[in-house]
Amino acid sequence: MGFNLTRRTVLFVYAVLIIVPMVVVLAGTFKTTQQLFSSPFGLPDKLDGANYRQVLGQGGLGGAFRNSAIVTACSVPITLFVGSLASYGIARIRGWVGHLIYGFIVLGMAVPAQANMIPQYVLFDVLGLTNSLIGLVLINVVVTLPIAVFIMTGFLKTIPGEIYEATSIDGSGPWRTYRSVILPLSTPSLAATAIFLFVIHWNDLLYPLLFIQEPGKKTLPVALLSFQGEFLTDYPLLFTGVVVASAPIVVAYVFLQRYFVAGITAGSVKG
Amino acid sequence: MTNSGILLDAPARDESPTPVPPRRRRSGVNRTHPALFLFPLPALVLYVVFFAMPTFEGVRYSVTDWDGFSAEYNNVGAGNFSTIATADDLFRGALFNNLKFMLVVVVFQTLISLALAVFLVRNSRSSILLRALYFLPTILSSVSVAFIWKFVYDPNFGLINTALGAVGLDGLKSSFLGDDGKAIFFVAATQVWFHVGQMMVIYVAGLQQIPADLYESADVDGASRWRQFRHITWPLVAPASAIVIAYTTVQSFKAFDLILGMGGNPPKPSLDILSTRIYAGFANSQFGYAAAESIVFMVVIALVTWLQRRAVALAQSQA
Repeated sequence: MGFNLTRRTVLFVYAVLIIVPMVVVLAGTFKTTQQLFSSPFGLPDKLDGANYRQVLGQGGLGGAFRNSAIVTACSVPITLFVGSLASYGIARIRGWVGHLIYGFIVLGMAVPAQANMIPQYVLFDVLGLTNSLIGLVLINVVVTLPIAVFIMTGFLKTIPGEIYEATSIDGSGPWRTYRSVILPLSTPSLAATAIFLFVIHWNDLLYPLLFIQEPGKKTLPVALLSFQGEFLTDYPLLFTGVVVASAPIVVAYVFLQRYFVAGITAGSVKG
Repeated sequence: MTNSGILLDAPARDESPTPVPPRRRRSGVNRTHPALFLFPLPALVLYVVFFAMPTFEGVRYSVTDWDGFSAEYNNVGAGNFSTIATADDLFRGALFNNLKFMLVVVVFQTLISLALAVFLVRNSRSSILLRALYFLPTILSSVSVAFIWKFVYDPNFGLINTALGAVGLDGLKSSFLGDDGKAIFFVAATQVWFHVGQMMVIYVAGLQQIPADLYESADVDGASRWRQFRHITWPLVAPASAIVIAYTTVQSFKAFDLILGMGGNPPKPSLDILSTRIYAGFANSQFGYAAAESIVFMVVIALVTWLQRRAVALAQSQA
């Protein structure tokens, strides 16, 4: 059976390509540089948390972790709320006005971040929103609105029109319909969008790199990037930073895997 | 998985939402509840003020030599653009690096993700588990992936050279990112590792749409696996391929974080791509010039996307 043998070989090799680097990194967080270099594939002698204490304390990842958590915890729900309001309006406004609003917002997906980041920086600087976590929340909301509206409108259009009509015959206004019919109905798509936004906002490097100079306001990806210069080839410390920065997302992935796949797939279709 | 099917269907319909203005207004009541116009308002305000206006502002900067903080600046007309086109070796180098990077990533990411999807299309327990594993790198931050692979590629202590040494293949050892001629291809390999799982999921969804009885009757006719792939799978998975290729192309231009993580900040010239070049201009207070670069960047992406759509359409019409 040539096909089955090929299949098994390819799947095994690819699994090794994913698992080995991850295990090396995780094991490496409990090693000294010397131990890592002398036996990169080996398991650590003992589970010593010295590297973790160093990156969280002196390395500043503890504060960065907190900043990332604050920014993500604010920007994901706000994007979801503002985006779902807009998507609901777009799905229900009849005629060309709804299409126009949709087209205008979704056009933003075609604009690469590097194309408008400089004027955005100038604007945020004028408003005193650089070196500020509020500024990061705002920019996260703004730049992910187009894709959030794209995903959620796509979902809302699959809700049959009769549901809207039934509720408006009931005499309930649009806000009631949104709150008590549409939001509950779209929970799966909201969850998928939320996960997609969580991954983007948590991992974002560009905007904190642009907007944040104060060390105390840095988020995880920026703090991690600055390790590069600081610890140069101290791989165990770099690895510990990687594990700290990735832990929340990987833990969430273990439990909410299907929403990750659905959300990121929906986002990548036009992201 | 159940959601992805629904969500995947969305873009096909919304390919180009071109609004058609009505020639004549329908008489009678407008059936849209007036309060509905309030719903998109917060999004529109945020989007116009912080996204759309800065985008147009960028065009204004691009014809100046503004440094980002001085009150004065000069209007240089098309000067920035002619410098970019004729006299900027760094920009040209970044453009070529970016195109090389894109080509390699598009080819390998598409082929590997399709192969894995073909092998994992059935919803068995082991397939679902392996899909979840292959998808895992996608959710990590680019900086994390960059650090993992810096060690994989480390010339002295890295995983690849250590493994090669252990099996006596010292001749294959490489300095990887230190080899200026090939460095961008090694970063491309990392990018493929990073995102193959994401594209595989799109292919799995596409493959699962292909009716099983097509394969059954091909089996009856005694068609080989390869012929089945060539004549059933490949043409019928074309819509998913179009999505994967288009997404991978744009993604290759957005690999900003991975390049900064692997190539340093600012990256060395052999690893510089367009987005990192623009960022370097910003960091050097060349706001006007960097704004012009970002307009060229947008044009390049639009052009490549257009060419690539034409190529995909052509290939599919001949399949």
